[in-house]
Amino acid sequence: MSFTVDEVFETAGMILYHNLNIRTTTLGINLKDCVASDFDAFTGNVYHAIRDDAVRLVAEAKKLEVKYGIPIVNKRIAVTPVSLVMETHAAVDRYVALAKVLDRAARDAGVDFIGGFGALVQKGMTRAAEVLIEALPEVFRETERVCGFLNVGTNTAGMNLDAVNLLGPMLKKTAAATRNAVGCAKFVAFVNAPEDNPFMAGAFHGVGEPDRSLNIGISGPGVVRSVVEQNTDCDLTALSEVIKRTVFKITRGGELIGRELAKNLAVPFGIVDISLAPTTAEGDSIADIIEAFGVGPAGTHGTTMAVALLMDAVKKGGAMASGNIGGLSGTFIPISEDRGMIEAVKRGSLSLDKLEALTAVCSVGLDMFAVPGDVPEETINAIIADELAIGVINNKTAAVRIIPVPGKKVGDSVDFGGLLGEAPIMRVNPFPSGAFLKRGGRMPAPITSLRN
Amino acid sequence: MEKELLFITVIGEDRKGIVAKISDLLYRFDVNIEDISQKIMGAYFVMTMLVDMKDSPRPLEELRAGLEKIGTELGMQIQIQHENIFKMMHRI
Repeated sequence: MSFTVDEVFETAGMILYHNLNIRTTTLGINLKDCVASDFDAFTGNVYHAIRDDAVRLVAEAKKLEVKYGIPIVNKRIAVTPVSLVMETHAAVDRYVALAKVLDRAARDAGVDFIGGFGALVQKGMTRAAEVLIEALPEVFRETERVCGFLNVGTNTAGMNLDAVNLLGPMLKKTAAATRNAVGCAKFVAFVNAPEDNPFMAGAFHGVGEPDRSLNIGISGPGVVRSVVEQNTDCDLTALSEVIKRTVFKITRGGELIGRELAKNLAVPFGIVDISLAPTTAEGDSIADIIEAFGVGPAGTHGTTMAVALLMDAVKKGGAMASGNIGGLSGTFIPISEDRGMIEAVKRGSLSLDKLEALTAVCSVGLDMFAVPGDVPEETINAIIADELAIGVINNKTAAVRIIPVPGKKVGDSVDFGGLLGEAPIMRVNPFPSGAFLKRGGRMPAPITSLRN
Repeated sequence: MEKELLFITVIGEDRKGIVAKISDLLYRFDVNIEDISQKIMGAYFVMTMLVDMKDSPRPLEELRAGLEKIGTELGMQIQIQHENIFKMMHRI
C-alpha cells in the first residue's frame, strides 16, 4: 500500500474527530458587466449572473464533499463592491432594491451569505458610496443573506475619518432595525481589505480580479489544538515546528479541493486562506489552543505572545504548502463564534483592550463582539478608529465587527443562533472619546508607505 | 482504463464480521479490494482498505451511504476518501 495506516488514519481522524473542514468556498463574481442604464435590466442581469453560477458552485462543492469525505461547510458568493456598479443609480431605494435581488439570488441558489455590499472609501467618498452607507440599515433590515463592508483606510492612503464618523450612527440604526442587532454582524469596517478574502461578512470580489474566481478557506483549530495537546513537554521552538507540519498538511488538502472545484466550475482558482477560524463546536476554539499552550485562561498575560507564536507557525506551514496563500490568513477571534472566548469574556479573563492587543500580532481584528446598546456613537467610532489605526500603521489588514445591542448591558448575553453564536456583552471604557474624531479629515498615510 | 483508487478507513473496536460486511458491499458495487492493513493505534482499532472503483456502475454517493449504514450497525466510524487527498497531504 502506498500509504501507511498511520497516514490514512491521521487524515481521516482530522475530519472525524477534530472538525477539519473546508470552512468556505467563495465564488467571486464580477458585476461590472451587468451595468445598464435601465435599473430593472441591470438587476435582472445581476440576478442571473449570481444565481446561475451559485447553483453550479453548490452542486460541484457537494460532489467534492462526497469524493474526499471532507465537509465543505459554506458555499458563498462575493460580488464587486456594489457602490461601483451603482454610480448611476445611487439612491437609497435602489440600493435596497438591489440588495433584495442579491438576497433572492442567494436564497434561490442555496447560498447562505452573499458579500460585497460595500465601498472602497479609503481616500474619500463618491456620492454613490455615501448613499450606500445611508442605505445600509434598511438593507440589513430588508434582507437575510446580504453582507456589507467598507474599506476606510490603507497603509498608502491613510484613514478616512469622515467615513469612520458615519459608522457609529449607521451601526446604531442597523442595531435598532434588526432583531438582536444581528444586522451589525453582517457589516465589517476594514483597512487594507484583501480583494480575495473568502470569509464573510467581509468578502468582496475586488476590482483587480477576473470575471470569476474561486477562493477557499480551510480551517482546523480543532486539529491544531489536538497536536498542541499531544505535545505538552516540548519547548516553544519544537511546538512551533509541530504546528507548522500540521498546518502544511491541512493547507495542501485545501489547495487540492480549491483547485479541483475551480477546474470543475471552469473558473480561475484564486487563493487559499489559511485563517484559523473557530466555530462554536466543542474543541474548535482559538481560546482552547491558547490554553493548551499552557497560558492559563485565554486573555491573561501571555496570550498575545501565544497568538503571535501560533499565527507565525500557521503562516510558515501554509506558505510552504501552497503558492496561493491569500485573503486574510490570520487568526479570527470572533467572540460569539468561539466557545472558549465566550467563556473567557464571561469569567473576566479577556477584555476588549486585550482583544485589541491581539490584533497587533496577527489576529485579523475586533470581531463579533457585542457592547451595551447605550454606548455613544462617538465611542463606537473611536473603537473602530483605534483598531484600524493598528492596521494602517503596521501595514496589515484590520477589521471591526461591533454589535451594539439595544437594551443590553454588561453581564447580559445575546444569542444570534446558528453560525453567528452567542455574544456576552463586553465592557467598554466608560470615559468619553471627546471631540478628537469629530475633527474629521484623513489620518495621513504612515511614513512606511513611502517605499518607492 | 486508469484505476480510481480510494481509501476506506474503519475505526472502532475490533469485532467479527467487519471485513465480511464491507467486502460483501464492495462486491455488490463491483469494487475491487487492492490492499488491506490494520493496526491498533492507542485506543483505536484502525483498518484501512485501498479499493479501486473504476468498474463500479454505481455512484460513490451510494457506496458512501452503504458504508455509513454498516458503520452504524457495527458501532464503528467508516470513512471513504479518494486517494488524491492522501497524496497531497502526505507526499511532496
